[in-house]
Amino acid sequence: MNSLAIITPSIQSSIAVITGLLITVALIRLGDQIHPRFLTIRTRRLSGLVQTKVIWLTIGTLLAIIFLIGVGLVVGDYPIPASEALATALWDRNGEYDFIINSLRFPRIVVAILTGMCFASSGLIFQSLINNPLVSPDIIGINSGAAVCAVIILAAGGNIGYLPWAAFLGAILTAGLIYVLSWKRGISATRLVLVGIGINALLGAVITFITVRYPIERVVAAARWQAGTLFGASWDDVRTLSIGLAVLLPTAFFLTNRLRILQLGDETAITVGSTIERDRLALLTVASLLAALAVAVVGPLGFVALIVPQAARLLVGTVTGGVLIFTALLGGFFLLGADLIAQRLFAPVMLPAGVITATFGGPYFLYLLARYNRAT
Amino acid sequence: MITGALIFSAITITPILAGTISKRREKEINPVITNHVFGLVVACLLVLTTIFISLRYGSLQISWATAWNALFDYDPTNQGQIVVRELRWPRTILGLAAGSCLAVAGALTQGITRNPLGAPGILGVNAGAAFAIVTAIYAADIVTPEGYVWFSFFGAAAAAILVYSVAHVGSGGATPVKLALAGVIVTALLGGWTTSLLVLDQETLDEARFWLAGSIASRGTEEIAVLFPFIIIGLIMGVALGRQINILNLGEDVAASLGQRTNFVRTIAGVVVILLCGSAVAIAGPVAFVGLAIPHMVRSLVGPDYRWILLYSLLLGPCLLLGADVVGRIAVRPDELQVGIVTAAVGAPFLIYLVRFTKLSEV
Amino acid sequence: MQHKTPPPQTFTGKDLYLSYGGPTIVEGLSISIPNGEISVIVGPNGCGKSTLLKSLARILIPISGSVLINGDDIQSRPTKDIARQLGLLPQNPRSPDTIIVSDLVRRGRYPHQGIFSQWSKDDEKAVKEALATTGLSELSERSVDELSGGQRQRVWIAMILAQDTPIMLLDEPTTHLDIAHQIEILELLKKLSTQNGRTIVMVLHDLNLAARYATNLVAMRDGKIMKGGKPEDVVTSQMIHDVFSIEAQIIKDPVTGSPLCIPLPPQ
Repeated sequence: MNSLAIITPSIQSSIAVITGLLITVALIRLGDQIHPRFLTIRTRRLSGLVQTKVIWLTIGTLLAIIFLIGVGLVVGDYPIPASEALATALWDRNGEYDFIINSLRFPRIVVAILTGMCFASSGLIFQSLINNPLVSPDIIGINSGAAVCAVIILAAGGNIGYLPWAAFLGAILTAGLIYVLSWKRGISATRLVLVGIGINALLGAVITFITVRYPIERVVAAARWQAGTLFGASWDDVRTLSIGLAVLLPTAFFLTNRLRILQLGDETAITVGSTIERDRLALLTVASLLAALAVAVVGPLGFVALIVPQAARLLVGTVTGGVLIFTALLGGFFLLGADLIAQRLFAPVMLPAGVITATFGGPYFLYLLARYNRAT
Repeated sequence: MITGALIFSAITITPILAGTISKRREKEINPVITNHVFGLVVACLLVLTTIFISLRYGSLQISWATAWNALFDYDPTNQGQIVVRELRWPRTILGLAAGSCLAVAGALTQGITRNPLGAPGILGVNAGAAFAIVTAIYAADIVTPEGYVWFSFFGAAAAAILVYSVAHVGSGGATPVKLALAGVIVTALLGGWTTSLLVLDQETLDEARFWLAGSIASRGTEEIAVLFPFIIIGLIMGVALGRQINILNLGEDVAASLGQRTNFVRTIAGVVVILLCGSAVAIAGPVAFVGLAIPHMVRSLVGPDYRWILLYSLLLGPCLLLGADVVGRIAVRPDELQVGIVTAAVGAPFLIYLVRFTKLSEV
Repeated sequence: MQHKTPPPQTFTGKDLYLSYGGPTIVEGLSISIPNGEISVIVGPNGCGKSTLLKSLARILIPISGSVLINGDDIQSRPTKDIARQLGLLPQNPRSPDTIIVSDLVRRGRYPHQGIFSQWSKDDEKAVKEALATTGLSELSERSVDELSGGQRQRVWIAMILAQDTPIMLLDEPTTHLDIAHQIEILELLKKLSTQNGRTIVMVLHDLNLAARYATNLVAMRDGKIMKGGKPEDVVTSQMIHDVFSIEAQIIKDPVTGSPLCIPLPPQ
């Protein structure tokens, strides 16, 4: 294996990455300058208070996503002129690039955005509920539950068509198991985390067992799934994800208020009239479903659910409905960007997107932690 | 295979069921053993019994007589005796070494982090060793045990040092909470990179997956012998730190006012943990839960005095590890379950039991 | 401030048995909170005053007995309804990181809000008045973490004010505050009681401050009410001896006229 190929990214992609980072920093600086800070919305049926910063950042992220979609359609092993790429994607089904655009690149782009949205919103709910910056949906076993089912199917040679459903079911059942086992006159964050560690280890043992007992060719497929990748994303995936998001994201949006009250601590929450256990269960369910949905389609792309909500919080502060939407879009942007980088950075070698999220996420996280430690 | 699966499920489900059905209240820690001469003698007997069980049981049926003769009256032509002497005896020695190292390191970690959930794995040791080994296999094609040994040792050490440095930033030095947080991230980060390498190259995966499962089979003692000085020094220093850990556990302020240099003690303990864990991981690969479970069980028997906790952990750690290894040998005869799998399968229900039925300090 | 719901006429605890899952802390206690007055509960450590307050606030469910508002058991009514009548400031309230003052105060409006009505005119008015009453209007955009202990306590009180309840319960609202801030908070509470007719129930550890501000003083010991009534009737050397197990001389405060307790050195 030519190790050297791995270490030298192409100049073109490096420039793209650096430009991206600079733009992001500029946007952050700009975001702080926005006044007035709050906007009241009042119509006959509804009323709400919105941070203007959140509105601008959301619009900005949306534009950034559209830009990246364009980049993703054009760039690749076969560069396609922009006008043709857009035409083929949007209306012309018979162009010469139809296969590349409409069967390879476009679905992959959309899946990246949608799964990023699922991961980020799920992570935001978990981090706000458990008030710990290191929490991600994995603590409630989503990743290991899905992995066990996926690995069994891949290694034992089952029908690949069942894979997403099995993974989804595995994730949800594991989450439910952890929830039930940590319930003792109510849910405490500590117990949830600890039981999660135990169950994760148990499932890890099962996965290890399978990894050593099956022939290597099968095991490779399983390992690849476990790294998390958008390879092979299809329009079916897009459909599943869209339906899921269409149901879950609005639900999460309307549950945000209860989340904000739970953040005040159990005693205060009760006194302002919160039904704490029911609200917590509802929020955990929605967050788990979001994460399970995403993991079932692309595998455990860790770190997205961990970093993106943190980044969003740095930009806009505590959680509100608007912040939830913004975080979701930010997640879509982040994952799409990571996938594009993963494909192009060390061209022609294609890395799984999970590598990029881990590579950038890890050190960024250590930096966050060091900064947090220094401040306290 | 079916029997194996049944045994596996039985081991896993029983503790959870037992825990949920029984109506035990939250337990106080009352030392059961106060006469330590008696206690230590019993512990030594347990170790000896475990050694003999490890020699006797396995995929090949061996009688007690054969096992005894293999050690004390060796007949090179007897096949059974060869198996015992050449395969099981080294394996038992490795199990003893790894078991003691993990248990003592676990007790020390719990003492330093003042967290009953401290296990050497949280400090990133396992993840560091795994990453180093996988990188070695990928980049330099290292596949021999000698090669593994040094890479995993230094990988473990590097990861632990990284965790410690990140936790050290800011006021108060490396407090328990900061250590735990840093450990989680470094473990996740290294895990992500390790997975990536495994996915990129099939040969690497094929080679590494057995090591990653955690096993003491098919490794000779000669290659590992280089680590023995580290292990011996580590174990002696570890047990000797008992008194200091007791003081450390009185709390930061109290310990400082009693004249202890808390950061220094934690650093020394950290170095010992690295020595022990690095060696254990080099010998057996990443084995979970021995470091977590043994100190807990020991604590419930002998009370909160770390001088005794460390000593008993030293003796009882091997019992758990070798016991798990024997179970792995028998459960799916004639195949084997790696020891890492069995310990995780048993450890998880134990952890859940701990969470539901004892008072744990906040994480 | 306008109350949306009519203020409750009676607020009582009947025959309460309270525990946290272990030994019973309060046994068979009955208490009647007078409407529109400041009731203060005092007593030695561990006498059950916080426990009683928590049960009045429905955070602690009694083993037996009930807490009644206008004769209705508070456990039987939907919790949001109760939240419009009762507000509580717990002992060590926890605020999420990076939250700003106006955001925290806003969350007190929860019981008045619905899915589509998140920021009605009433909400806005209540929050604005709460901030003005507690003197926090200039600080409304600041992060709560940056404030001093006294300011932070005022933010939590503002939140309860925004909740706009006729009954306010406070668990040791003046601990960790310096004397200036203690007086400031207590004067504010007095104003709310006399000018707005709110019923205030608090636990205080300082007997003299309690005697000064309470119109109804309740002394507890070992889970029972030893004496209750007007401060000048309740605070006697005999009571101090029975409840706090020390000897004290009682004089009349030269400025406020309320009873002042002077502990005597032990013989």
